[in-house]
Amino acid sequence: MRKIFAALVVSTVLAGAAQAATVYPLDRATILAGSPFDFKVEFTSVVKPEDVKITVNGQDYKTVLGKEVQFVAEEKNKDKLLGSAVILRGLTLANAGDYKVEISAGSETRTVTWNVYGTGAAPKAKNVIFLLGDGLSVAHRTAARIMSKGMTEGKANGRLAMDDLDRMAFVGTSATNAINTDSANTMSAYMTGHKTAVNAIGVYADRTPDPLDDPRVETIAEALRRQTGKSIGIVATSEIEDATPAAVVAHTRNRNDKADVVGMLLDVKPEVVLGGGSAYFLPQATAGSKRKDDKDFIKLFKDAGYTLATDKNELAAGANANGLLLGLFHPGNLDVTLDREFLKKGTVEKYPNQPGLVAMTKVALDRLSKDQDGFFLMVEASSIDKMSHPLDWDRAVVDTIEFDQAVAVAREFQKTHPDTLIVVTGDHTHGVSIIGTVDDEKPGTEMREKVGIYAEAGFPNYKDENGDGYPDKIDVSRRLFLAANNGPDHYETFRPKMDGPFVPAIQNEKKEYVVNEQYKNVPGAVFVQGNIPKSGDSGVHSVDDVVLQAAGPGSEGFKGYMEQSDIYKVLADTFALGSKQTN
Amino acid sequence: MEKRFSRGFSRRSLLGLAAAAPLLAAARAAVAADDLGFNELYGKYGVLGLEFSDKVKKLAGREVAIRGFMAPPLKAEAAFFVLTEVPMALCPFCSSDADWPDNIIVIYLHRKQTFTQANETIEVRGTLEVGSWKDPETGFVSLLRIRDAAYQAA
Repeated sequence: MRKIFAALVVSTVLAGAAQAATVYPLDRATILAGSPFDFKVEFTSVVKPEDVKITVNGQDYKTVLGKEVQFVAEEKNKDKLLGSAVILRGLTLANAGDYKVEISAGSETRTVTWNVYGTGAAPKAKNVIFLLGDGLSVAHRTAARIMSKGMTEGKANGRLAMDDLDRMAFVGTSATNAINTDSANTMSAYMTGHKTAVNAIGVYADRTPDPLDDPRVETIAEALRRQTGKSIGIVATSEIEDATPAAVVAHTRNRNDKADVVGMLLDVKPEVVLGGGSAYFLPQATAGSKRKDDKDFIKLFKDAGYTLATDKNELAAGANANGLLLGLFHPGNLDVTLDREFLKKGTVEKYPNQPGLVAMTKVALDRLSKDQDGFFLMVEASSIDKMSHPLDWDRAVVDTIEFDQAVAVAREFQKTHPDTLIVVTGDHTHGVSIIGTVDDEKPGTEMREKVGIYAEAGFPNYKDENGDGYPDKIDVSRRLFLAANNGPDHYETFRPKMDGPFVPAIQNEKKEYVVNEQYKNVPGAVFVQGNIPKSGDSGVHSVDDVVLQAAGPGSEGFKGYMEQSDIYKVLADTFALGSKQTN
Repeated sequence: MEKRFSRGFSRRSLLGLAAAAPLLAAARAAVAADDLGFNELYGKYGVLGLEFSDKVKKLAGREVAIRGFMAPPLKAEAAFFVLTEVPMALCPFCSSDADWPDNIIVIYLHRKQTFTQANETIEVRGTLEVGSWKDPETGFVSLLRIRDAAYQAA
């Protein structure tokens, strides 16, 4: 027994030494045939260029890859020496198949295998509408259905638009560096076909500190430009530079490089861009700017031919116009539906004419559908996530209802344009569940005792008498009780936050998040001890699978369990992105 | 008619600041300061930029007093802190220092004072400075600053 153990240790150590170098794309990467990508090898020591040996499928790499790598003698992080590296940018592999890449330099070796895939020669669909609820989890859907449609004797009184999509898959969302995940790497996997690290978009995350030098992979927008004449639309209720919309076009190791993302948007020039985040378009001298330079991207976009809309009236006025459309409706994230349409809280007083996701989706479809070559439209309900982080479940659920109404708009479009694939999914999940109701009519003053569980939950008493799909009143006397399974220290108030979005915890001088005392005196509020590190400001994403649903041509590709990066393969195949469709 | 009042410290806050309260600050305490509220900073909000209110334009370069909450220092060595209207998580939804609300005021203290708990309302007094300015050490861009400032629990 002891001998076996010793032998195991030895073999582990040897394997460790033999596999020291890191190769991007990573082992088991899947790559669209003909799509440009950067190849990089990071050695853990300084090696001599003449010692670096690279073969691909047993041949010298130059024969297969067609280009020569650039040798970097020493990569550094500030003063720390990281080792040597070789880089080859903008490489393409035209032929499908497995590529075994073997690397050695001195004592360092590494072998990875990439799978290059082709697509059908002819597209299955002319258009793809990719609707993403950021953070959309099963609890959000169920709550939206109950809140919007009601329930009688255990059966839903109506169906959501997303309840009637034909096909589905469970999607694994983990990052390359952790089981957990964020909106950057998850959307990047959908939009490039490559998994990457938390906070990274359109790149593999290398070891150097510069967030803009990491090995790039092709985004769907770039692939569409390369192979098709299709139009591209990006619609979001967040800042348009936020991780999800950014991932349609951008390349950065750091999703917070929002000022850079604006420039990347302009590089690709999507035909329709609608959302928030104007602060990153304004030169720094303009009050309200979040840029740290003098570039005026409002002017640069206009110079590039964009028409600008800054509120819902201007959006409606230009709904049927031709040409490029930039709609920026808020300096930051748009206010959420509950505030924008009902409570008038948040920043609605300052920005009273923000459009919602439904209006933006309609305009985007009107304009994009004029392209005879078809289009790709990404629609993101950003604030399902942005309200789930601070545990503001009422706002998250109402935004899920809005998301579903955008899905309904897409489904209506599909009726008259059956050559359209619709995908409805989340990018990652949140740790949230519906555990019953809160019933103000239950006896006593302790709110905790008013939580209805099991049979005592009964059914909520939301009403939708005006038929707009939203509850007429959010603070009804018997309401859904959603609970987070994680979070910072906070007060559970058992009530909708009628005065504005919830801020559960605030930061102290030690950079720890402590309970926000603002909610201490809400009658019946209960202190909830946090169960994540004190550096965590809000509830975190969960590792649970995402449920993806789809309908239309190409949707048969979605089934069973799929890695998030494999969703791109289905999109690429639906559009036949492996074949050139322009002259 | 705007409310004007003497810039004197209460006995309690004097005790709080103890020996740290410098003679200079005590002398300046007699200077009258104009009250400024967070809801009075901008006259116009717009997607393409904000406009300072007439009151802010009028008070530029003058002594003001404003109540708010101290956000935790960006960096331990930063010479300033950010005053916000409501107690806030640095960035409630993500991990970037850029995600501040637009109605913040950057406070440069006359002399070092210890951090106060973010849950506590404070009153800051000092000279109002208006216009875009980048902190040379941190690169933090601010539109409104109070310089030569001191604060106390409100």
